Amino acid sequence: MIHVEGLTRFYGEKRAISDITFHVNKGEILGLLGPNAAGKTTTMRILTCYMPPTSGKAVIGGYDIFEQSMDVRRITGYLPENPPLYTEFTVWDYLDFVARIKGMPADRRKKDIDSVIEKTSIGDVRHRIIAKLSKGYKQRVGLAQSLLNNPQIVILDEPTVGLDPKQIIEIRELIKNLRGEHTVILSSHILPEIEQTCERVVIINQGRVVAEDTPENLTARLSGGERILLTVAGDELKWRQAAEKVEGIRQIEIVPAGEGLLNIKVESAGDVRRELARLTVRQNMDLLELRKETFTLEDIFLHLITKEEAA
Amino acid sequence: MQAINAIFNKEFKSYFYSPTAYIILALFTALSGVFFYLTVSGFVQASFMDQMRAAQYRMAPQTLNVNLMVIRPYFYNLALITLFILPTITMRLFADEKRTGTVELLYTSPITPLQIITGKFLAGLMFYVVLLIPTMFFQALLFLYGAPEVWPVLSGYLGLFLMGAAYISMGLFISTTTENQMIAAIGGFGLSLLLWVVGWGAQFAGPVLGDILNYISIINHFEDFAQGVIDTSHVAYYILFVSLGIYFSLKTVESVKWRA
Repeated sequence: MIHVEGLTRFYGEKRAISDITFHVNKGEILGLLGPNAAGKTTTMRILTCYMPPTSGKAVIGGYDIFEQSMDVRRITGYLPENPPLYTEFTVWDYLDFVARIKGMPADRRKKDIDSVIEKTSIGDVRHRIIAKLSKGYKQRVGLAQSLLNNPQIVILDEPTVGLDPKQIIEIRELIKNLRGEHTVILSSHILPEIEQTCERVVIINQGRVVAEDTPENLTARLSGGERILLTVAGDELKWRQAAEKVEGIRQIEIVPAGEGLLNIKVESAGDVRRELARLTVRQNMDLLELRKETFTLEDIFLHLITKEEAA
Repeated sequence: MQAINAIFNKEFKSYFYSPTAYIILALFTALSGVFFYLTVSGFVQASFMDQMRAAQYRMAPQTLNVNLMVIRPYFYNLALITLFILPTITMRLFADEKRTGTVELLYTSPITPLQIITGKFLAGLMFYVVLLIPTMFFQALLFLYGAPEVWPVLSGYLGLFLMGAAYISMGLFISTTTENQMIAAIGGFGLSLLLWVVGWGAQFAGPVLGDILNYISIINHFEDFAQGVIDTSHVAYYILFVSLGIYFSLKTVESVKWRA
């Protein structure tokens, strides 16, 4: 549905993105993940025909963003980072205006506005002035706007930024409901969000794609091992000597936590929780806590970025 | 057409959603009312003096010309107020969209920059026409109590309309260059004033430069209209002016999109 190849964009001398390449399948939700100023917004602005790339190519729904920009715009809904609201208008008037500039005929406008109002649950404020709405409602009005004219493609730039936790969950649910019906690109610098809503992730750092995969694959690819956390009451040296004999152990990190307690982090090739529990007890030490830590996208993210910076 | 219409409607409505429109309307009406009152008072005094003189010398009183003594100077006054007021109408047209980020919506919608600019220009022009309506009531009073010629009034309004259109296209262009409404207003006002006074320099310049300055001067082309003469060359000047304003606006919008 969306093919992006080698997108590069300069702002004067400064290169904002370079050689961005990725694909999005129909009905999929793709997450664009990266720290602030990584080039997420620039990429999205190019895909929505807000500005052209310096070089590279993108085809959206079969239309070239350069050659058939008007067709691309017609099938794309876009929510910029700051929702583009005319705050002196009522919600209804605003959506009506957007429907008009999207070229919708009069007979379809009313029905479609009603339907996006329902989808984004803003029915109770439809005749209120936008300036008087809360941040969460404003964001939803912005989202409603992007869904008008039933676009095949929806591009959302940091849709949950600045919302409270309850609102974030609501918006996230809303986006999940778009799956299948719309092809969605969603940007964020918040990892759990991408993890929960997206089927695939493209990680961008300093204007380059550093990884592209499903959240699960990314986790698996990076980790390739286990990390086990323990809290033990006993002697540090004794525990270490015993633990080093266990097969598969790669690294042991012990931090005394006072009152004879040790916080221990073990990295190993396989799951060695049983062995560690047994040896602790055999040493006559008290095992207070033992758990397996899974790598989060956060770890992957930091890992990829630090690797990149080191290179 | 639907797109231009949508932009036009939105812009025109926005004027009345904020208090500025009402302040501008009130200010313009008050100022044009005061000027009207002063001009008419001058005329009444002159005709009163004339009658006194006629009675003194036992002569028939002269007929004073309302067109010459009231309507023509009144149009000049209106042209002057317009110069001050119009930048406040045009300043927000693009600057505000850029400040709030709504340009992103406009520029990513399936409408062309020319449609956006045309819609905004027409909305500004329409608001200007609304401003002129009260002055028509003032002039109607002259027809109620006197017998002025109607043509100079009509041509005067045509002149005001064309000159206003020129100012609006220029203000629109300046608004595309900034996201600060104050800068857009001050820039628009400064440039309007410059184009007004540039003709004054003509007498000190050489013959060729003088002609050029006279041609550029926006008010020189208005004089004939105020006197009841519709000269196509002046109409052409204003149409050219408006086209240039729209052309430059288009170029900045496109280049800003290019660089943004």
